[in-house]
Amino acid sequence: MAYLDHAATTPMLPEALDAYAATARELGNASSLHAPGRHARRRVEESRERIAAALGARPSEVIFTSGGTESDNLAVKGIFWARRAAEPARTRIIASAVEHHAVLDSVEWLAREEGARVTWLPVDGLGRMEVDALRASLDEYGDEVAFATAMWANNEVGTVQPVAELAQICAAHGVPLHTDAIQAVSQVPVDFAGSGAAALTVTGHKLGGPIGVGALVLGRDIECTPLLHGGGQERDVRSGTLDVPGIVAFATAVEIAVKGRAEYAARVGEIRDALIAGVRQAVPDAILNGDPVDRLPGNAHFSFPGCEGDALLLLLDAQGIACSTGSACSAGVAQPSHVLLAMGADDDRARSSLRFTLGHTSTLAEVDAVVAALPAAVERARRAGAVRAARV
Amino acid sequence: MSGGVDSAVAAARAAEAGYDVTGVHLALSRNPQTYRSGARGCCTLEDARDARRAADVIGIPFYVWDMADRFHADVVDDFVAEYAAGRTPNPCLRCNEKIKFAAVLDRALALGFDAVVTGHHARLGADGLLRRSVDLGKDQSYVLAVLTREQLAHSIFPLGDSTKAQVREEAARRDLAVAEKPDSHDICFIADGDTRGFLHSRLGGTPGDIVDATTGEVVGTHEGAYAYTVGQRRGLDLRRPAADGKPRYVLSITPVTNTVTVGPAEALEVDRVHGERPVWTAGEVPSSEIDCEVQLRAHGEPVRAGVRVDSDRLVAELHRPVRGIAAGQAVVAYRPDPAGDIVLGSATITTAERAGAPA
Repeated sequence: MAYLDHAATTPMLPEALDAYAATARELGNASSLHAPGRHARRRVEESRERIAAALGARPSEVIFTSGGTESDNLAVKGIFWARRAAEPARTRIIASAVEHHAVLDSVEWLAREEGARVTWLPVDGLGRMEVDALRASLDEYGDEVAFATAMWANNEVGTVQPVAELAQICAAHGVPLHTDAIQAVSQVPVDFAGSGAAALTVTGHKLGGPIGVGALVLGRDIECTPLLHGGGQERDVRSGTLDVPGIVAFATAVEIAVKGRAEYAARVGEIRDALIAGVRQAVPDAILNGDPVDRLPGNAHFSFPGCEGDALLLLLDAQGIACSTGSACSAGVAQPSHVLLAMGADDDRARSSLRFTLGHTSTLAEVDAVVAALPAAVERARRAGAVRAARV
Repeated sequence: MSGGVDSAVAAARAAEAGYDVTGVHLALSRNPQTYRSGARGCCTLEDARDARRAADVIGIPFYVWDMADRFHADVVDDFVAEYAAGRTPNPCLRCNEKIKFAAVLDRALALGFDAVVTGHHARLGADGLLRRSVDLGKDQSYVLAVLTREQLAHSIFPLGDSTKAQVREEAARRDLAVAEKPDSHDICFIADGDTRGFLHSRLGGTPGDIVDATTGEVVGTHEGAYAYTVGQRRGLDLRRPAADGKPRYVLSITPVTNTVTVGPAEALEVDRVHGERPVWTAGEVPSSEIDCEVQLRAHGEPVRAGVRVDSDRLVAELHRPVRGIAAGQAVVAYRPDPAGDIVLGSATITTAERAGAPA
């Protein structure tokens, strides 16, 4: 099998898996006062320190969660509620139009249920957020903005965003910036303090850690209303018994991923470049989406004119190649990607897209398998697309 | 794979027979009550989950194909238009003709598949002939009789040799969770089963007269002629009883004048049925009248008949009169056969009349 869907989830690093298994054998609730509890708490706090060091944050700023979706929900809703409670006029959210659904749907929920007003930050044709638009929005609405949210790197097309610049503009208006860095950590340099962001989402299973554990890095001075109430863990921002083995494995993976990032980016980037070259040769009219330069080293995202992405996915799956249309939905009915639509693509181009993402286990042999299978798959998907077009 | 027991077992049998099988669930509904109403307007109803679960147990790939627009245009809108024209359509038959063995088959062939496998209860053997299921109570050859030979050549019905009870037993044996799932009966796009209410919401209500065919008198009013079906007795709410005191039935619907005509049961009897758009699947179109059986509605009793057919018409002369034949239903011709009655062909009923002597 050729696995080119590392952005969905990537295999656990052996070191993380070993750390998980070893810790899972140990007894203890990190909130208990007795010896096994103290032991568990030591594991958690050491992990917090390792993650903080790797991401340029203070240990107290690392809030453990169940993963990316929870961290995004906590940041969006929690910061909104806290800011509005402190200053009732601050009910506006500035959000980029290309956020992951965990952010997008949380923002839309606040708009629907909590009276939030939303300014969507546009992107250019390469998926890059428009810095001037942020500046203009803040000039216009600065006094009523609760917070802004802009992802570090896009999960679909791989475009890396000018987060430090965006954070600087927000800071000048006293507006906190949340950034979803799930795809960025392990692929591009991420430094929380250096970025100027107020909150940052990271998760384990995209960088070789386990599924089900992540963190919200939350600046010490940022108020955040909890979503989960209970035992008061994690600065009272996120109650719930801590997943000690998950956290230890997560920390192990973050540390390795960040330490080896430059080497990883060079190696995976080379394989990715071979994939882009191979796809272009195999299907000359394929369109590479996203920024050709400022992009994640593991991401290659194409539109194949005349094809439907889900038809290509089916055909490649049948050849043992796992990739994604980039807009997964649990029931599997393909929707045109909101990211591509925001980039100005028409419906056909948005529906004809396919995402290949590489990771630490990727090989050139997998690229060869894709390039070999693609021409026949594209030809069949085009025939199917023509059938559909003729009948509509 | 609808999420029901039949298509799950059909898929399992096809996979076991050595075919390279991919499960496909059709997303057909735009009805917000049956789809999760979320920011993306997609995602599943229970049936899609059941179908996916079955595919996972069988061990085949599974995809949802969005056919909602095609289904809406070719089946739902057609259903409404047919009722508006005073006919009584069979949407399952139309779905087979236009969606399952057309839109889905075309896409599948383009993608490199060879055939569509469904859980219909009908037999299709190596001879290319479509026959009734061994389970006559569940036989679905009537709603498949609209398929052309070309469509049948790319169809596989693995369940025709089994009874429904056997299919359920096999599903349980294969650990398919849908083994005990109840059969579906209602029209799938009318979630509450209220066809009249559905039509009313689409076509509105225009009051009109109910006229007695014998006397020509107006004997009642209605809220839209489309809501009535030939042969219907209940729900007429007639103001005056018939002179002979016998019940009256809907004899015909005239959309142009929005009139429903009623009369005695005998007036419903017909012995000549005209059909249009014939499809002949068993061999060459016969040049002279053939002696066979015809079925005039889903789950209707077969009747001996002489059938004449040409390129755009079919006429069936029934050996005994039958009641309540509605335009828009299919007339399906069968040749009785010990190995399962063979579907010869079908047509859409346009009119029916009493040609012979009174019974």
